[in-house]
Amino acid sequence: MSEVHVDPTWVQLSYLVAAVLFVIALKSMSSPRTARSGLLIGAIGAALATGVLFFSGIKLANLALILGFLVVGSVVGLVAARRVKMTAMPQLVALFNGVGGGAAALIAVVEYLVVDSDDLLFLIFTVATVIIGSVAFSGSIVTFLKLQELMTTRPVVIPLGKWITILVAVATLAGGVWLIVAPQQWLLWALLGLGLLFGVLFVLPVGGADVPIVISLLNALTGLAVAASGYVLDNVLLLIAGTLVGASGTLLTNLMAKAMGRPLTATLFGAFSGTTAGGGAATSDRPVRSSSANDVAIMLGFANKVILVPGYGLAVAQAQSTLRELADLLTEKGIEVDYAIHPVAGRMPGHMNVLLAEASVPYEQLKEMDEINPEFSATDVVLVVGANDVVNPAARTDKSAPIYGMPILDVDAAQQIVFLKRSMRPGFAGIENEILFDPKTTLLFGDAKDSLNKVVSALKNV
Amino acid sequence: MDGIALLTIFVLSVFVGFEVVSKVSTVLHTPLMSGANAIHGVVVMGAIIVAGKSEPNSLELWIALAAVLLGAINLVGGFVVTDRMLEMFKPKKPVAAAKEGGAA
Repeated sequence: MSEVHVDPTWVQLSYLVAAVLFVIALKSMSSPRTARSGLLIGAIGAALATGVLFFSGIKLANLALILGFLVVGSVVGLVAARRVKMTAMPQLVALFNGVGGGAAALIAVVEYLVVDSDDLLFLIFTVATVIIGSVAFSGSIVTFLKLQELMTTRPVVIPLGKWITILVAVATLAGGVWLIVAPQQWLLWALLGLGLLFGVLFVLPVGGADVPIVISLLNALTGLAVAASGYVLDNVLLLIAGTLVGASGTLLTNLMAKAMGRPLTATLFGAFSGTTAGGGAATSDRPVRSSSANDVAIMLGFANKVILVPGYGLAVAQAQSTLRELADLLTEKGIEVDYAIHPVAGRMPGHMNVLLAEASVPYEQLKEMDEINPEFSATDVVLVVGANDVVNPAARTDKSAPIYGMPILDVDAAQQIVFLKRSMRPGFAGIENEILFDPKTTLLFGDAKDSLNKVVSALKNV
Repeated sequence: MDGIALLTIFVLSVFVGFEVVSKVSTVLHTPLMSGANAIHGVVVMGAIIVAGKSEPNSLELWIALAAVLLGAINLVGGFVVTDRMLEMFKPKKPVAAAKEGGAA
């Protein structure tokens, strides 16, 4: 394996074109009008680069097997992406990200086994790819399990977890240095295992509400792993594409953390200190005011200004279109209607916008948190549909709450608040919401779609 | 390629990566993350490269093929799911027109 392959000029130029297409794609995806064509540009770039690779003159033994696995993987990805419900989309993205990181780690392992080089830079980047890739893989898998609710969405705090995590981190780094100084095959496998273990330990203590930030961070990590693998394989396109994703992903993670009002470190290590779900003082058997769909319809029908606060529960009940119907009906009656969109409504930043766009709600009606918050005090009725944590004042007051410090929608400033809820069960972050017990709050229990349908038909008679 | 050239490319790519997403609105955070996720799916190229130089029937080959499988899932699935998110961003004019009637 001593012969060094150098890509012909036309191949290198094709990779340059693909890299430019990726930059254009990312740029276009930052604006709603150009986002979709931008994505297509990115896909063309990826297809071009992958296609060119086959004709670049690299050694291609096992071609039939490679093509076979390529086709199977593509079909699996295609079917999964086509079939997934939009509500379950965040965990699918986490899963796609994880397998990408896993692929990068495996690539570095194979390259190490095949090449057997003791070049210092090669070893450094091999170690980096293996560690970062395996962390991104196992971390994403745990994230997937949390979002899919196959495991608890609460922070998992294992005894001495903090110390175990630190120990594993130190062992991983030490193992990495050892491998660079004295290359040995068993160490590489050990590193792969340690990386996987660290990924699990790293994501376990993260609370449900912070999971989106972690997905974004793991996405950036996979980008870096891919960039490092580009260095290992001496492939400039992998280096550029991975770095672009790593850098933009890091910035995006920061933007999201800001939207949640907490420094990244607090999100990632908050659960280490053992803060479990707070709000223990509040118990669910306190009296609440529940009401009928008719009463809610009357309240809404005689309001001047209504703000709708959609949450994940709305999406689970597939009630987006029904909510839009209600909004249209109110608008026809001359009532001012807005949608208040919390940055992390749903399960990821912008997730709610996607879900509402699916129901043809024009995005001009969607108001972001900073824009809508001053308007609540001049609002007659706020209708909260399947949201909880994003309107929970515990984020302002209760230092022990896992969501403490997250900016929330100030629905408690409105004249009246109506919650459409399935039960008194707390939200994803697992904490009680004081607003539910507020005298100006009315609750309408039931499936969001049923309740909205009842309100809509009642409203037609008001 | 020598180390310094690769380092140069890396550093410049970091700046470009920051720059292109610096003005994204919250609305597009999720699709953008997902789109970026799809782009790092080109890792499948690396998997193909290492599979191509592995000895037939060796352990390395099967690991490399696993990487090809995972990379292809990342690449194709990533683009398709992002497209599904974005196809919902087409503004529907009739609804917007209906809104104009009422709002004070």
